[in-house]
Amino acid sequence: MAVADRPVVRPRPVYLNLIAIRQPVPAIVSIMHRITGALLFLAGIPLLLWLIQRLLASPEAYEAASRTLAAPLGKVAVFGVVWGYLFHLLAGIRHLTLDLRAGLTLASARSSAAAVLVLSLLLAAVVAVRLW
Amino acid sequence: MPADRQPVGAHYGVRDWLAQRVTSLVMLAYTLLVLGIVLWNGGLDHASWRALFASGPFRIATFLFMTALLLHAWVGVRNILMDYVKPLSVRLALQIVTLCALVAYAGWTLQILWGHA
Repeated sequence: MAVADRPVVRPRPVYLNLIAIRQPVPAIVSIMHRITGALLFLAGIPLLLWLIQRLLASPEAYEAASRTLAAPLGKVAVFGVVWGYLFHLLAGIRHLTLDLRAGLTLASARSSAAAVLVLSLLLAAVVAVRLW
Repeated sequence: MPADRQPVGAHYGVRDWLAQRVTSLVMLAYTLLVLGIVLWNGGLDHASWRALFASGPFRIATFLFMTALLLHAWVGVRNILMDYVKPLSVRLALQIVTLCALVAYAGWTLQILWGHA
């Protein structure tokens, strides 16, 4: 094929404004899985170890830790870590079912992603009611 | 090492992929165990937590959970760094910081579980 006969290659439009693109539910769950994972590493692990140590150290340390967690900021921190853990856990279970080749159709992948979001919010609501 | 392989790359295998799934199941089992204990007792006070952590099997279970958690965190954080941090020197530095933090957490865990038994 002569050069002149080739179809004109036009530059393809590149549109990657992640804020403006309407993300499908599985994409939202996917990025939230990653964000919650990062936050659980950065804040969750040290908070968990600190809490276990304080709970076990002495009755006074237990009381002090309980007061810290019962303060407004402490409750927000507990809620954040618990919701992050629950979301990450549910999204992970969904991941494992996908690995087992279950729910791979677009429709079921969408509904399972929505289920992860809704279920984690419901469980977080239970935690919130217990906290406040 | 082939030219397209980086020393801070993914090791190009399924080992980490599999480890991420196995560790998740260990953590799921421990989460259900602790949740069950707390709900069964209607919440635990200081004495009950101490009694629980005085049990050898529970300490081992906690140690397994923390080991799984730290391995899981390593695979996850490294995936994030490989996706978003392109300069290899910065990526290597952040991986070293992450590893140091995880090893430090492992030491903290050992101290909590068996430090002053």
